Amino acid sequence: MAPLLELEDVHARYGPVEALHGVSLSVGEGEVVAVLGGNGAGKTTTLRAVSGLVTTSGQVRFGGENITRAAPERVARAGIAHVPEGRGIFGELSVHENLRLGAYLQRGGFAQSYERVCGYFPWLERRRAQQAGTLSGGEQQMLAIARALMSQPRLLMLDEPSLGLAPIVVREIFGILGDLNEKEGLAVLVVEQNAKLALRSSSRAYVLEVGRVALEGPSTELAEDESVRNSYLGY
Amino acid sequence: MSRLAVARTVAAVLAFAASVAFILVAPHWDKVGDIKGAQMGTYFIAIVGLNIVTGYTGQISLAQGAFMAVGGYTTAFLVTHGVRDLWTIPVAALVAGVFGFLLGIPALRLSGLYLALVTFGLAVAMPDLLAWDKLSSLTSGGQSIQLFGSKHLLGQGFNDVTVFGHTTSFNRAVYYLTWTLALVLFALAWLLLRGAPGRAFRAVRDSEVAAASSGVNIAAYKTVAFAIGAAYAGVAGSLLVIAVAFADPQSFPAKLSLTILVGAVIAGLGSMWGVLLGAAFVQFLPVASVHISKAQGVPDAIYGAALILIVLLLPTGIAGALKRAAAPLTTRLYTRS
Amino acid sequence: MTEFLQQVVAGLASGSIYALLALGIVIIYRSTGVVNFAQGEMATFTTFIAWTLVDHGVGYWGAFGLTILIAFVGGIALERIAVRPVEGKPVINGVILTIGLFILLGGLSNWIWKAEVRSFPPSRPFPTSAWDLGGVAVSKQDAGILAVTLVLMALLWGLFRYTKLGLALRASALNPVASRLVGIRVGWMLGLGWGLAAAIGAVAGLFTAAANPPLDPNMMRPVLIYAFAAAVVGGLESPVGAVVGGLVIGVVLNLISTYDTHLHLDLDRVRLPVALALILIVLLARPTGLFGKQVVRRV
Repeated sequence: MAPLLELEDVHARYGPVEALHGVSLSVGEGEVVAVLGGNGAGKTTTLRAVSGLVTTSGQVRFGGENITRAAPERVARAGIAHVPEGRGIFGELSVHENLRLGAYLQRGGFAQSYERVCGYFPWLERRRAQQAGTLSGGEQQMLAIARALMSQPRLLMLDEPSLGLAPIVVREIFGILGDLNEKEGLAVLVVEQNAKLALRSSSRAYVLEVGRVALEGPSTELAEDESVRNSYLGY
Repeated sequence: MSRLAVARTVAAVLAFAASVAFILVAPHWDKVGDIKGAQMGTYFIAIVGLNIVTGYTGQISLAQGAFMAVGGYTTAFLVTHGVRDLWTIPVAALVAGVFGFLLGIPALRLSGLYLALVTFGLAVAMPDLLAWDKLSSLTSGGQSIQLFGSKHLLGQGFNDVTVFGHTTSFNRAVYYLTWTLALVLFALAWLLLRGAPGRAFRAVRDSEVAAASSGVNIAAYKTVAFAIGAAYAGVAGSLLVIAVAFADPQSFPAKLSLTILVGAVIAGLGSMWGVLLGAAFVQFLPVASVHISKAQGVPDAIYGAALILIVLLLPTGIAGALKRAAAPLTTRLYTRS
Repeated sequence: MTEFLQQVVAGLASGSIYALLALGIVIIYRSTGVVNFAQGEMATFTTFIAWTLVDHGVGYWGAFGLTILIAFVGGIALERIAVRPVEGKPVINGVILTIGLFILLGGLSNWIWKAEVRSFPPSRPFPTSAWDLGGVAVSKQDAGILAVTLVLMALLWGLFRYTKLGLALRASALNPVASRLVGIRVGWMLGLGWGLAAAIGAVAGLFTAAANPPLDPNMMRPVLIYAFAAAVVGGLESPVGAVVGGLVIGVVLNLISTYDTHLHLDLDRVRLPVALALILIVLLARPTGLFGKQVVRRV
């Protein structure tokens, strides 16, 4: 079966500076895949390349369709929900308005999506009128994920969801991600600096270094390999 | 000195020499002439001043024309009260500079576009202010102040003038006066900007937070920049009034401030390389447009369209284009030294 | 007292025009980060188009509606072609671009329509007679202008607050990248912002022409300044501020004109400097306008 998301020899650059030098990776249906690596390795750029936020060459295919260099709006319409670095919520708008925006592409069925999302994050209903910027860091991250879910995506891409959050909040979030994957078969591509946590929550992982894939394999193997842990993952 | 620095100095000296040569030759060229040439000189001075405030210190000011009015009216007032015109020029600079400093204080609280709009308001309000009855003891209200025939004015405003034994027409004398001052003021600005003050101005422009953390007194530099810019405008306004031998509220409309700003942007903000061309642009494009078609409204349409095209195609102005053009050469010099 | 009330109503009417133009300026600023110096000239240009339509036999109200449509489309086109390249660039680029547009449109208006004297048919859009409300003479035109303005404001409020499109417009202005990630075509939203602003400006122009016949190519110049004053005083990002600012400025300026003789300050001749002084005073107290967001920068 062809993978849901496939990157083949993808180069990406910011102006004249190339940040990805031929990255190839894939995410299968219902799989959770982690992308790891240090600062500047190109993890965020990889997600941006999929979303069409950077100048890209190579091949990016989603559900068999070529979406290389497609505009971000188009990528969203194809069924990819991208929660960027910094969460990308609309701080000046209310919680409810953020969720409405998440469902922008849905023609009907807002109520159904909303119910489902509130099932995972019950507090959203209570705080629907609160300004999103006044939520705590963890709540903002959950709102960002909830907003992404409103569009009923086939693939959820998350950029460093644990950044700046307390461990207990991070555990809660990854727990919810696990539920989403198990119960609904949602495919997840997660970029993380917290390698240990990411490897525990994913089935496969890629380690990026200086814009290239340095290592790939099943997460359990990577986690257990001492030399890998020391040289690439720092623990 | 590195090869790059040598190259830059050589280029600067050559450009300066070429400009001086051009200035000496220009009045003999029919299409330019003394009067237009002198006016271009006043624009030049005002643009240099605006570049200091907006280009180097990052405060968008649309009030340069208003400061020219202050300088111009200072000269007019003093000449009618018996002061020799040349001596009024430094006074005009001082008075305008003080007003600039005074504007600079509230400007500290305003950012970017708010400052632009407030200064624009000043430019628009200035003609009305000058025509206000309550100020008529200073400004003679809506009436223009006539300097024509005053014995305190070079050549009484129309006669030949004798300087250092040479006799030239009034217009020619004004032309040389304007451009001598322009070159002197340009050199002063250049020296100021390549030294520590220039670096401080640029630091304020690029990152106030970083500048403050490095010990730069933001408030001082911002207000002083305004003062200097206004002082330059004061000189320009003063020369303008001397050249036409009268001062009138309509000599300093809002359009003048816009013209100076356009000149500064075309020249390239934050760089002194393009100022001469910027002044030439705002002086001669309207003239050239009239040549293309005298039909009412067409020259303006051409001018507006040219502005739009330049912003779209040359966003960093002439200086930016020059830098880009010279880039292959400068990188070679840079990497090999 | 009746004089006072009359002048307040008249002030509200002229203030409505400032408010409309200011609202256009705020919408454009919020969506594309550009202060549109050409807002007034755009209004003048479209008003001349309206006159041409009427001159060729189109009924006034038909021309009114058609002009708004033309302005709307023109605004979108303008954004997509000329403004798009300066978005995200230094602020000064947008300033020069819109100044260029200001000059270009002014020149075009002069060239196409020349300086002939022309007027709209009398009693259009509103009759010039007045009602007598308990001794206070309220001009029907003033009341009409005020009423239409308020209705327009309400419609826009509804659009932005309650519709999906309005939400998308607001989101695009607040966070273009995140908006694209949820599937919003941000480019079109920005164009729509200009289209709306141009349409609102067209209404302002038509009202100005009605209030100050005959039709004059320079008619929007002072209006633009007062609109800027309103937008700045209200806070460049606040539509509510722009409207309130416009109405307040309209009333204040009108009252100054009326009572100036008592003050012996000859303030009527210096309305523009007074507006400027007002702006400065407000901004000194609140640098981002009365309704603006306070930006706190911690060093």
